[in-house]
Amino acid sequence: MDNLLEIKDLNVRFNLFGAKVQAVRGVSLHLKKGETLAIVGESGSGKSVTSKAIMGLIPNPPGEITSGEILFEGHDLVHYSNKQMQKIRGKEISMIFQDPMTALNPTMKVGKQIMEGLIKHQKMSRQDAKKRAIELLRLVGIPKPEVRVNEYPHQFSGGMRQRVVIAIALACNPKILIADEPTTALDVTIQAQILDLMRELQKKTGTAIILITHDLGVVANLAQRVGVMYGGKLVETGTLEEIFYRPKHPYTWGLLSSMPKLHAKTDKLLAIPGSPPDLSDPPKGCPFAPRCPYAMKVCTEQMPEYTYLSDTQRTACWLLDKRAPKVEPPETIGVGGE
Amino acid sequence: MAETKEKLLQVKNLKKYFQISRKEVLQAVDNVTFDVYKGETLGLVGESGCGKSTTGRTIIRLYQPTEGQVVFDGEDISGKLSGKAKKQLSRRMQMIFQDPYASLNPRMMIKDIIAEGLDIHHLSKSKKERMNRVYEMLETVGLNREHANRFPHEFSGGQRQRIGIARALAVDPDFVIADEPISALDVSIQAQVVNLLQELQEKKGLTFLFIAHDLSMVKHISDRVGVMYLGNMAELASSDELYEHPLHPYTQSLLSAIPVADPELEHSRERIILQGDVPSPIDPPGGCRFRTRCPFAMDICAKVRPKWHEVEKGHWVACHLHDEGITPDSNKEDLAIAKP
Repeated sequence: MDNLLEIKDLNVRFNLFGAKVQAVRGVSLHLKKGETLAIVGESGSGKSVTSKAIMGLIPNPPGEITSGEILFEGHDLVHYSNKQMQKIRGKEISMIFQDPMTALNPTMKVGKQIMEGLIKHQKMSRQDAKKRAIELLRLVGIPKPEVRVNEYPHQFSGGMRQRVVIAIALACNPKILIADEPTTALDVTIQAQILDLMRELQKKTGTAIILITHDLGVVANLAQRVGVMYGGKLVETGTLEEIFYRPKHPYTWGLLSSMPKLHAKTDKLLAIPGSPPDLSDPPKGCPFAPRCPYAMKVCTEQMPEYTYLSDTQRTACWLLDKRAPKVEPPETIGVGGE
Repeated sequence: MAETKEKLLQVKNLKKYFQISRKEVLQAVDNVTFDVYKGETLGLVGESGCGKSTTGRTIIRLYQPTEGQVVFDGEDISGKLSGKAKKQLSRRMQMIFQDPYASLNPRMMIKDIIAEGLDIHHLSKSKKERMNRVYEMLETVGLNREHANRFPHEFSGGQRQRIGIARALAVDPDFVIADEPISALDVSIQAQVVNLLQELQEKKGLTFLFIAHDLSMVKHISDRVGVMYLGNMAELASSDELYEHPLHPYTQSLLSAIPVADPELEHSRERIILQGDVPSPIDPPGGCRFRTRCPFAMDICAKVRPKWHEVEKGHWVACHLHDEGITPDSNKEDLAIAKP
């Protein structure tokens, strides 16, 4: 198997005042070379914490990886020291943050911010690094890079800043790029530009991307595989087509049908009632059971095991058990495809 | 559809400029004209800085309009208003804000937040009546009576937005301006709030001005949609018409830029990706404001500002490509590629 990254049964806990928040509970994932994996879920589902765990950016205390492995090219990153992680971060695995306004240092010229990683990781000389920085700015589509390399972040617009952030992330040709809501803070027309850029760059550099988002449109645009997270658990994972056209988990159904369709008429949105679970006291059974219209007694008592529906798709839901009643997904699901 | 309906709100050549320094003026809203009919939902969409929120806030008189007219139910409300007149206006016109965390006073109990409007307008005769109204509102928006004595921090984002809606509706307004009411919420909660708004509209015959940047949600909730760009209205039509036959190049590119949650459609459709960024509203381009990013810009676009006119019944657009008597450089088929 040529898995670039493999996460096995990851558990992350935050020890807060009086409460222990189980942000990630037993997540297993893998990432192959050059592919794009999207992790979708609502706020508090654990998607960002998972990505931060990969980067070794969980603040400890209060955060703590209680168990599990994160294998990057066979090496377990969980037990890496901070010093060892610094060699990985920015060089092998890098990250694009949601908010380009806060991800850049306002007191430093953008060129210098791009050069930082090049000088540290690739031991480049200042002149070479600057040349490469200009090259990178050109690569991410910033006009007049020779001039702009000497400018400060406030002189850039939101979309341009996100391009700079991408340039920094790609500076050392990382093997994995983690993009945490890369377009959420941007306007639609700028979002389209950035998505296009990311797709193009992936083609050129062959970087594997982990895309963290709540926007299923962005997922459909960029990803090849999708993992759906809810309440700190990975409830369903599969290829793009499987998740969008043949989803089996009621939460995925709810997620897909609570969004209005741009190209079809919807009378009423199928909202998911209730709100996400409190992870300081996670439910014993399936985290989605309290909001699930198909919940059975067993759902509240025991977490379902994964059912493997194909080589690529697995779903954790009691409805897929042999003894469960047959349930049809809502009509809005599975249109298109096949 | 709208022809037989009464106009509740008429906005005529509305301008709102902000003086930001001695020399610079920010033209947030520049010459916007539209009507809102009784009982409908008019959506306003556009990117950040296009003036959609300023339009809403100027209508409800959080800002004093620089120029132009706002006529609400036959009365001009754009000039200087007395305190009394403003108060009367706020009984009939209410607003729901974007950020449910910032728009509720953290030191007030939910019952006082909801009843604030009732107190100001003296709408309840006794304490009991006041509380009954609060309970009624809480139940209308899907919360419990017991929530009345709690504070905002005890609620989730979706619940807070419901409280904001209850507060707006407590005084029985006719017209509600919802400024990005769902953009701070999670997807599954967004659908709950949108469904609630639609239910309430049906029940109470409310008229909505729904301001948002999420085009698919706006299409879903609105009868008619107006698209704004850099302080101007670019296009206005019924939502089906706008999404099926967009005329303005900006509307077309905006529609094609939204990622669709359907992989096959998403990968097969053609998109128009606009180059560059939105220019600054402090020194906007002359002529048509969209010309700097428009793929079909002609010479005339730099010189003359396109007229806001009705091309077809109920379909308004401001673009030289659709002027009467002017033949566009590019042919019409080119313009049709934005359609899915």
